[in-house]
Amino acid sequence: MKIAFPIMGNSYIAFKQLIKEMGHEPVVEPMISAKTMSLGVAYSPEFACIPFKILLGSYLEAIEKGAEVIITSGGHGPCRAGYYGILHQKIIQDLGYDTKVVVFDSFTRNIGDYIRKLNWLLTQGKTSWWKFYKGLQKVWLKIKVLDELEILSHNIRPYEINKGETTKVYKKCLELVDETKNKSQILEAKDACIKMLKNISQDRSRKPLKIGVVGEIYVLIEPFANLDIQATLGEMGVYTERSMYLAHWLRENSNKSHHEKDVIEAAQPYLREKIGGHGINSIGETIMYAKRGFDGIIQMAPFSCIPEIVAKGILPRISQDNGIPVMTVFLDEQTGKAGLETRLEAFADLLKQRRDGRLLKAY
Amino acid sequence: MKVYLGVDVGSVSTNMAVTNINGEVLESLYIRTIGQPVKAVQDGLKKLGEKIGKDAEIMGVGTTGSARNLTSVLVGADVVKNEITAHAVAVSRIVPGAQTILEIGGQDSKIIIMRDGVVTDFAMNTVCAAGTGSFLDQQASRLNIPIEKFGELALKSQNPVRIAGRCAVFAESDMVHKQQLGHCTEDIVAGLCEALVRNYLNNVGKGKEILEPVVFQGGVAANIGIKVAFEKSLKKELTIPENFGVMGAIGCCYLAMEATLEKPTKFKGWEASEFSFRPTSFECKGCPNHCEVIQVYENDKIVARWGDRCGKWSNASVDK
Repeated sequence: MKIAFPIMGNSYIAFKQLIKEMGHEPVVEPMISAKTMSLGVAYSPEFACIPFKILLGSYLEAIEKGAEVIITSGGHGPCRAGYYGILHQKIIQDLGYDTKVVVFDSFTRNIGDYIRKLNWLLTQGKTSWWKFYKGLQKVWLKIKVLDELEILSHNIRPYEINKGETTKVYKKCLELVDETKNKSQILEAKDACIKMLKNISQDRSRKPLKIGVVGEIYVLIEPFANLDIQATLGEMGVYTERSMYLAHWLRENSNKSHHEKDVIEAAQPYLREKIGGHGINSIGETIMYAKRGFDGIIQMAPFSCIPEIVAKGILPRISQDNGIPVMTVFLDEQTGKAGLETRLEAFADLLKQRRDGRLLKAY
Repeated sequence: MKVYLGVDVGSVSTNMAVTNINGEVLESLYIRTIGQPVKAVQDGLKKLGEKIGKDAEIMGVGTTGSARNLTSVLVGADVVKNEITAHAVAVSRIVPGAQTILEIGGQDSKIIIMRDGVVTDFAMNTVCAAGTGSFLDQQASRLNIPIEKFGELALKSQNPVRIAGRCAVFAESDMVHKQQLGHCTEDIVAGLCEALVRNYLNNVGKGKEILEPVVFQGGVAANIGIKVAFEKSLKKELTIPENFGVMGAIGCCYLAMEATLEKPTKFKGWEASEFSFRPTSFECKGCPNHCEVIQVYENDKIVARWGDRCGKWSNASVDK
């Protein structure tokens, strides 16, 4: 079968392989573009959030390319995302397509349902569980490598001497990883890419500002949704870390990591309740970045996202208590890059002034 | 005489300021942009050049405003800065000790919080323009009142009406409604001023600690009605600097001063007002993003490109 999946950052490279390992044909192209967005906006409820609209647009593009099944993940807690797969299915149906949306909820929630759906996919693809298990390990490795490379690119970018070089090299890295098929190739590509990234000419004498980027998972991970905020800041000479990568998220959802526990604990003085989405994470991560001596925090939130709105309401107090400036950016299809750039620039200026204790060098 | 030039090209107006090396404002200029930033900047340069060109030597140039990148290409800027920093820099020198800056321009409004001389917080309007100068402009022309008279008229009001100020369109229909009910123009005008202030404080100013001295600037600071409405609502006195309308441009002068401490200016000369600048755009078909790339021709040479996500065009060497 031809299978499509949500496009989120660089993860498509790994998911492509996952579909192949299941014995199916992945539909990836085209990548998210302005056209995707227009399509998504045209067929979405107006007050759905931007991840919903982008995903719907990309599903419709994939359907044009012949996708028969769309695999997506569910959500839990009071966030609309848990319901999005079902709503996507209804809209796709209403538009007259018979493409099926298969939603995988966290398997810790309903393991029977999870296995049933997986079994169906494997049977259709004539793939044994054993073969799939072997394939999954490769995919997992790929996801980790992709995250590692992306993090490295964000670490290097603020030091690059030729503006834009890191982005170019990183793109080449993605192509290299995309071509790999087995474990040794993936590891080989990883080493080559790390070398390429580290070879970028850098000025290590710079003392870049450090900004932590927190917020909702989709707008954090997908650069099209966040107007490429990390690369933009990096090219302005700002070092960024963001609170969420796919590998982290998958680990959390399979109870393999305890980072989330720390985050929730850090948030306790301000918020004791999980409020859906990544609201409590935005709170906890902000506090943890502040403790690590970051200069500022940027919260990225889809316009109308309730968990992030609640978090935004609490952030000013955390900002005050911890002495760390916080800026919230709401994103939707109307958000313009020019306006965002002005705010980012002004925010970076503010942080620099705070760090240096004066407005300008001259006086 | 050695001077610095600051240019602030916004949606509604193009402002220029010239300061001497002591930071004193020698000349300032306010022109309507009317959607033609290139022409506005060149007109401004020409006027300034005629006034002071003979005996002034430009030592540095700074640009700000939404057209700051375009402008920097036109004039040859030494520093290109966002409006927040430019305004804060100007205020820190002109009103030392200021803790809050309320700035209302044509299409954006901002609040800047300063403590101990540095910016500690700021906000700009995001989804709504009901708290900006354009809104007042529009309503003034609806009521057939010259915008210059707007403030004075508001002061004559005994009993301002309450107008829904959440959104420019609803405010307008609410205003029409109040007119039809028979309220007098003064009360409606004063009501509009209060609606704008309420909207500003509830949107841009939300959650900000507004401490004195409070500086009020931007084109709208010319409107005494707004000033009074702010003072009434905040119960604080507002300071309006002498050059309230061109503070962004003045800030650019100061920034330019700093940027040219160790290197010569890139100023293209007053002749730049005679150059033929032609911005054009095209849609790049290199990938599905279909970026709209802007390129600026100076005479027949491309001097700048921007607008692409990947840097393919903006990083490509342009003939200098």
